[in-house]
Amino acid sequence: MSDALNDALTPIGLLAELTHRCPLRCPYCSNPVELERRSSELDTATWCRVLSEAAALGVLHVHLSGGEPTARSDIETITAHCAKVGLYSNLITSGIGIALEKLRGLVEAGLDHVQLSIQAADAARADSIAHLKGAHDQKLAFARHVIELDLPLTINAVIHRGNIDSVSDILDLAVSLGAKRVEIAHTQYYGWAFVNRAALMPTRAEVDRSIALVEAAREQLQGRIVIDLVVPDYYAKYPKACAGGWGRRLMNVSPSGKVLPCHAAETIPGLTFWSVHDHSLADIWARSPAFEAFRGTAWMQEPCRSCERRERDWGGCRCQALALTGNAASTDPACHLSPHHSLIQTLAAAESAAPSPTPIYRGFGASAGRQHIGETA
Amino acid sequence: MMRGLSAGSIPHLPRGVRLHHDMIRNTHVLLAPERAFDLDTVALEVLMLVDGRRSIREIASDLAARYDADRSVIEADVIDMLNSLVDRRILGALSPGSDQKP
Ligand SMILES: C[S@@+](CC[C@H](N)C(=O)[O-])C[C@H]1O[C@@H](n2cnc3c(N)ncnc32)[C@H](O)[C@@H]1O
Ligand code: SF4
Ligand code: SF4
Repeated sequence: MSDALNDALTPIGLLAELTHRCPLRCPYCSNPVELERRSSELDTATWCRVLSEAAALGVLHVHLSGGEPTARSDIETITAHCAKVGLYSNLITSGIGIALEKLRGLVEAGLDHVQLSIQAADAARADSIAHLKGAHDQKLAFARHVIELDLPLTINAVIHRGNIDSVSDILDLAVSLGAKRVEIAHTQYYGWAFVNRAALMPTRAEVDRSIALVEAAREQLQGRIVIDLVVPDYYAKYPKACAGGWGRRLMNVSPSGKVLPCHAAETIPGLTFWSVHDHSLADIWARSPAFEAFRGTAWMQEPCRSCERRERDWGGCRCQALALTGNAASTDPACHLSPHHSLIQTLAAAESAAPSPTPIYRGFGASAGRQHIGETA
Repeated sequence: MMRGLSAGSIPHLPRGVRLHHDMIRNTHVLLAPERAFDLDTVALEVLMLVDGRRSIREIASDLAARYDADRSVIEADVIDMLNSLVDRRILGALSPGSDQKP
């Protein structure tokens, strides 16, 4: 197979954050601590225009996410529009509330794939993490309906100290539900997850055990389910190529229409984000200051600047660099070559060894959450 | 489950997997959940014959006739390529003498 998808500098994925509204309050949620409100959300016509522009720009996959994307009353229209312009649509959902009822309509609208998140393998624990009684059972019913409708299903589970001992049960559950793919996603510390890091951080021993387990299961389950593993940064040797490299593969449209190079980019001070209200996606991709800021390698400092991996991982994540070093242009501390690497290892070890503090649950009016950001270091 | 395709298997693209002509990059891609495979000419030729009716044997015969090549060599290549898609859960197939989907 050739490599046209990697060579050209056109985006292949669009994360459409349709709303920040959500019935759950997962303490690991990577959404921003300051959520955008319903009154500022884009209307149906604007989303459809943006999706048409995305297709024309070369985007292949659209991830309909949020918040809870099915909380939008026009989710069927938006999905149908994806199908109309040839975009592959992926619904990223909690499966809670109205989601079940809307599923058939979404299939009829041409939905291609569903990614359902679960919090644990047993209801008691899952409901306490999601902060809603009955949530887990709703999710199971939703998963069954996805299979009944013959849609491909991915199960996503975010892993942290509160569920890392049940990775094996989560894999079993995903298989028994009929999922073709399961994502074991170690918590990425953005948004609420950053605020709640101490309540989420597992120990290195727990991480090593769970990764070994996933690798063994991958072989055992080959041909039955594909297991994708998102490894935990704080215990890593090299960082991830965040978003496939800044401004290289992905665009993220926020509920109010701001276009970001990644989910958390707004945490970086001084960046100017253009809005779909004022510019076309093509224009934003090519010229917006936020996309230009860390595209390529010219912005890099040492050790990235002269590193042979600089076009492989693109220096890691800018948001994580900022959050942990105070400088968005420094090497992601997940990299063992970063001068801050030992600091985050020490931090992870200390937090994971201490008793888990009570997490702060996300919600609107989040001042309590914000106070804690500075205290975590 | 084993890598089970044989010449008699009848492959199909399951729901959620489809061919797409990418006009921006001037190539054909196979779109699947969270993945896009950039297809070379051979892979595209094979996948265009995957329709849930033809067996692998028939697909190989068709290609062998068109390219004036040895059918058994082509058949082995097609089985290999399609097996790798089965492993990734982006191809379904009916096996000869059963109605089991791998
Ligand atoms: C922000 S959620 C929005 C969609 C929907 N509310 C849900 O939870 O499935 C998008 C995806 O990111 C995952 N996720 C949330 N917080 C995360 C974190 N801190 N690290 C890694 N993945 C996370 C969720 O499990 C979900 O699959
Ligand atoms: S991760 Fe949890 S809290 Fe965050 S948007 Fe998804 S369901 Fe809601
Ligand atoms: S120094 Fe920079 S480019 Fe090199 S591996 Fe580390 S993060 Fe990647």
